[in-house]
Amino acid sequence: MENGFSSPRSDAFPAGLRVLVVDDDPTWLRILEKMLKKCSYEVTTCGLATDALRLLRERKDVFDIVISDVNMPDMDGFKLLEHVGLEMDLPVIMMSVDGETSRVMKGVQHGACDYLLKPIRMKELKNIWQHVFRKKIHEIKDIENHESIIEGMHLTRNGSDYSDDGHLLSVDDLTSVRKRKDMEKNHDEKDFSDASSAKKARVVWSVDLHQKFVKAVNQIGFDKVGPKKILDLMNVPWLTRENVASHLQKYRLYLSRLQKEKENSGMKHSDASPKDPPGSFGSIHQSDVVNSSYLFSGNSLLPRTVDPSSHEDDLKSIISEPVMEPKRPPVNLPDSHKTKNSQMGFNRSFQPLESEVDFAAFNSGIPTKSYWGEVPDVQFGQEHTPFVHLENGFTKLPLPDPLNHVNADSLQSIPCTAERGISGPTKSKPPCPEYGSNQISDPSPKVSILDPFPQSSKSNIVNHQRALEPIYPCTSSLTTQASCLSCTADIESAQRDVLNLASGSSSTLASFEDDLQVLFQGDSYGDTLGVRNLGFSDYIDAGLINEVPIHLYDSLRFGYEYPCDMTEYAILDQAY
Amino acid sequence: MDRNQLQRQVALMRSSLIEQVPNPSLPSLKLLVGYLDEQQFLQLEDLQDDVNPNFVEEIVTLFYKDSARLFHNIEQALKSRPVDFAKLDNYMHQFRGSTSSIGAIKVKNECNQFKEFCLAGNAEGCARAFQKVKQEHETLRTQLETYFKLRRQAGLAETV
Repeated sequence: MENGFSSPRSDAFPAGLRVLVVDDDPTWLRILEKMLKKCSYEVTTCGLATDALRLLRERKDVFDIVISDVNMPDMDGFKLLEHVGLEMDLPVIMMSVDGETSRVMKGVQHGACDYLLKPIRMKELKNIWQHVFRKKIHEIKDIENHESIIEGMHLTRNGSDYSDDGHLLSVDDLTSVRKRKDMEKNHDEKDFSDASSAKKARVVWSVDLHQKFVKAVNQIGFDKVGPKKILDLMNVPWLTRENVASHLQKYRLYLSRLQKEKENSGMKHSDASPKDPPGSFGSIHQSDVVNSSYLFSGNSLLPRTVDPSSHEDDLKSIISEPVMEPKRPPVNLPDSHKTKNSQMGFNRSFQPLESEVDFAAFNSGIPTKSYWGEVPDVQFGQEHTPFVHLENGFTKLPLPDPLNHVNADSLQSIPCTAERGISGPTKSKPPCPEYGSNQISDPSPKVSILDPFPQSSKSNIVNHQRALEPIYPCTSSLTTQASCLSCTADIESAQRDVLNLASGSSSTLASFEDDLQVLFQGDSYGDTLGVRNLGFSDYIDAGLINEVPIHLYDSLRFGYEYPCDMTEYAILDQAY
Repeated sequence: MDRNQLQRQVALMRSSLIEQVPNPSLPSLKLLVGYLDEQQFLQLEDLQDDVNPNFVEEIVTLFYKDSARLFHNIEQALKSRPVDFAKLDNYMHQFRGSTSSIGAIKVKNECNQFKEFCLAGNAEGCARAFQKVKQEHETLRTQLETYFKLRRQAGLAETV
């Protein structure tokens, strides 16, 4: 049924968007129905919130978006909103005659993706499809990230080349999306239709299921919770870790929202407060990361002791540096290697995101753009995503092709993405499939590190950027911060989130959640991270890490005081 | 009245209903000025098409039908002792939301008056304000009915 529903719809998107309208006012219900029909949407109307909820629960995956009035006799609109968000994960738009700021804020807090004031205009309804699209994009990214990490791990083990994006995606439909060979705009459309037709069975979180989930979470202890643990405890055979991960994220947002309402305290944590990295991922401070990254990018792993508190300055200085001579200390090659390694290392250390992917991205990126940390200001400005910097840096360094090759070789062991990366410079295709989807969209500084793809015209950069993004969540965030002051809050939270996720530290969960709430719109970003982390460690343990990876580790260590040996250097020698 | 005259009348009445500036050539229509919000009314008319050629009339009918229900609720709440102002406010809020659907400006203004009394806990003031709401509500209904009648006549004249 899903296919039947979505295929025709996806072709003509946004026409055929399946909308559920809930309003106790019959006059408005009729008007909205007519307006939505005029937009070529498929409309279903409901006069009662309870009816709407029942409809949604019964018929899973039948609606794309829900529009609901705030004031309803049988159920508070906000409650309905939360239920839909938690159980069905559909975008919900609120409407009301009352446009008071507090009400609107409440709507957003409860997870509404938009709040419309009555009387509603046709033009406002015309654009509601963007919320559906956005969610799809993020879902894909999450899937991709998850998949690519897993795939990357497999691939690395086999030493196979990452030549086909399709390999990375286990979801067939996503494959075509992932094959982002060209980062053109039509890509977006294609992606979207692919995404919409990608039958990622949407899990409907029934009250029962949600209860099991909550029970499991409470049993484990909110602090130590993780998708895998929850999944094991819930003992629902058909549920995947990914499902749990994304639901966990939403749940966290929900709780943090509740908490916020209670505390009403400022959530902004200065992420700039660098903590000494205890030598473990979790504790790595964002600034450290950032610093480290900069180190890598600019100095081919020159262990720079960057002052965390002034990471921003560093960033700026790095950015302003002319394309860093790839030839820094030893040789270009080493630099690229290092950069890659560092990048990889970052990935590893951060682990949160698809390390494999990152590597790949790096590899490819390095040859051409090795300046990881360096990002021309201009470029940064364009990007509104945290990772912009990274991207720019990449483009900056034009490494000779041979280098690419070299890198490619050395990176063989690295996940496919790496392969791609190598050819990356010339390719517009992003080495990381997961990021591919990013291209399509959304430059929003979502933390979903997975996704912040600025709409860069440079395919290579984009590719690299993508790869970089996940790898250096913190870093990018920081860099972005430097360049995108407006995103500061987001970045900080994102960074924090990333760190938290990476380290799985529960202590920061509260703030993390808050951040997530702000940053993520129900993304399973955190979940993915969690997932990745698990995957990542497996990856590392498997000894898949090649020379290159080791390099990265080392690189990271530089920045993070990681106790690593300088395998990196050894590798570098090899490179020579 | 011949077709052209009818159509002109319809147009004039319409513009009188929705526009702020009364049409000088039809002083009697001055009374209709400012009754409806232009934007909203125009939007409703835009929604009219072959599938729903009388959409606006349909909406207005729906509005008045639902208003009756809400008015009943408000009257009950006003009669009860003690007066539940929270409930009153809620009902009136619903009604106000409804008036925004057709853009009934004057009715809405009276609703706002009602809300003031409600917040102040003034039952008598609420009752008075409610009477005014009903009055405006009725006046508008008459105007709209005339408008639709004229429109129908003009439409029929066209087909003749």
